[in-house]
Amino acid sequence: MIDYIVPLLLLVTCALALRKRENAYDLLLSGARDGLELLISIVPTLILLLTSVTMLRASGAIDLISNVLQPVMAFFGIPPETALLVLIRPISGSAALAVGAELMTIHGVDSLVGRTVAVMLGSTETTFYTISVYFGAAGIKKTRYTIPAALIADFTGFFVASLTVRLLYPT
Amino acid sequence: MVMSWIYTVILGLSVISAILLGNSSDLAAAVPKGAQAGITLAVSMAGSICLWTGVGKLMEKIGLTQKLSILLRPLLHRLFPSAKTDTPLRASLCANICANFLGLGNAATPMGIQAAKRLIRPDKPGIATDELCRLIVLNTASIQLIPASVAAVRTSLGCQTPFDILPAVWITSLCSAGLGVAAAWLLGKVWRHD
Repeated sequence: MIDYIVPLLLLVTCALALRKRENAYDLLLSGARDGLELLISIVPTLILLLTSVTMLRASGAIDLISNVLQPVMAFFGIPPETALLVLIRPISGSAALAVGAELMTIHGVDSLVGRTVAVMLGSTETTFYTISVYFGAAGIKKTRYTIPAALIADFTGFFVASLTVRLLYPT
Repeated sequence: MVMSWIYTVILGLSVISAILLGNSSDLAAAVPKGAQAGITLAVSMAGSICLWTGVGKLMEKIGLTQKLSILLRPLLHRLFPSAKTDTPLRASLCANICANFLGLGNAATPMGIQAAKRLIRPDKPGIATDELCRLIVLNTASIQLIPASVAAVRTSLGCQTPFDILPAVWITSLCSAGLGVAAAWLLGKVWRHD
């Protein structure tokens, strides 16, 4: 079932575009060109952040952080290896991507940790960045309970990601 | 500025722990290795990223967001009562949520900001209203149909089935958005005065 979602999405979007007499192929091409630009714009970030995260791993600091947070994370059933990702995810999207890619490389993409990392990345957002963009644009000074509520959502995401991966993909 | 801090703190932690744990040679070797990993990741993600931005453009052009918004209306009216009477607000809210759902981040943000501006109460400038808080919580808890960039990372690392995480991603997003909105609703009852 899952195998059909992506191919069907590709087909259905093209078919709908043709029905609307849009030039589907040209749109796909120009979109892909935008994607290339987007990619070029994040390459420097990825290089810097993967350098720093690889250093953090080699120095032994990542294991230290995981060990310190281990009791809390184990209590909620979140793999302690994901400690750094959990800390950095709400702050920076590109740093989270770098940390996540490094974790998937070290532990294996299809391992429990690798899958949990992927689900965490796919189901959460860069909370603080989003909050600052919206409140900045709307001129809001008093944010009231937005930050606690958003962090509850993030935490739920980390918790449920670990739970669903453990239940759906037993290793 | 935030990134400068994050980067410096990460480097500082690395150097201090390397000294304390005696991992100095590993630390030095990690520098070129990490830089190379950055470009390798970018290149091996390139194909999927470009394909998905292409599909994203197509979805935007054929008005998939408008189609989705009809399905969304009942839920929208519960979360944002002002949208019942305010048509432009309803349109930008729908466009924001649907664009997020389809993974069109670039289209979602301007729409969300438009909606946010309409949710401010003129008599209380600078203070977030309950509905505005809910909108932002919805935006910070991403609900995405196809998490394309994560799938791209997985593919780049040799995963044969990059999309097999979809059910887990959907369940997780729904739970986190649901609980986030519920928390906002509860906190809104308590947090009457700023």
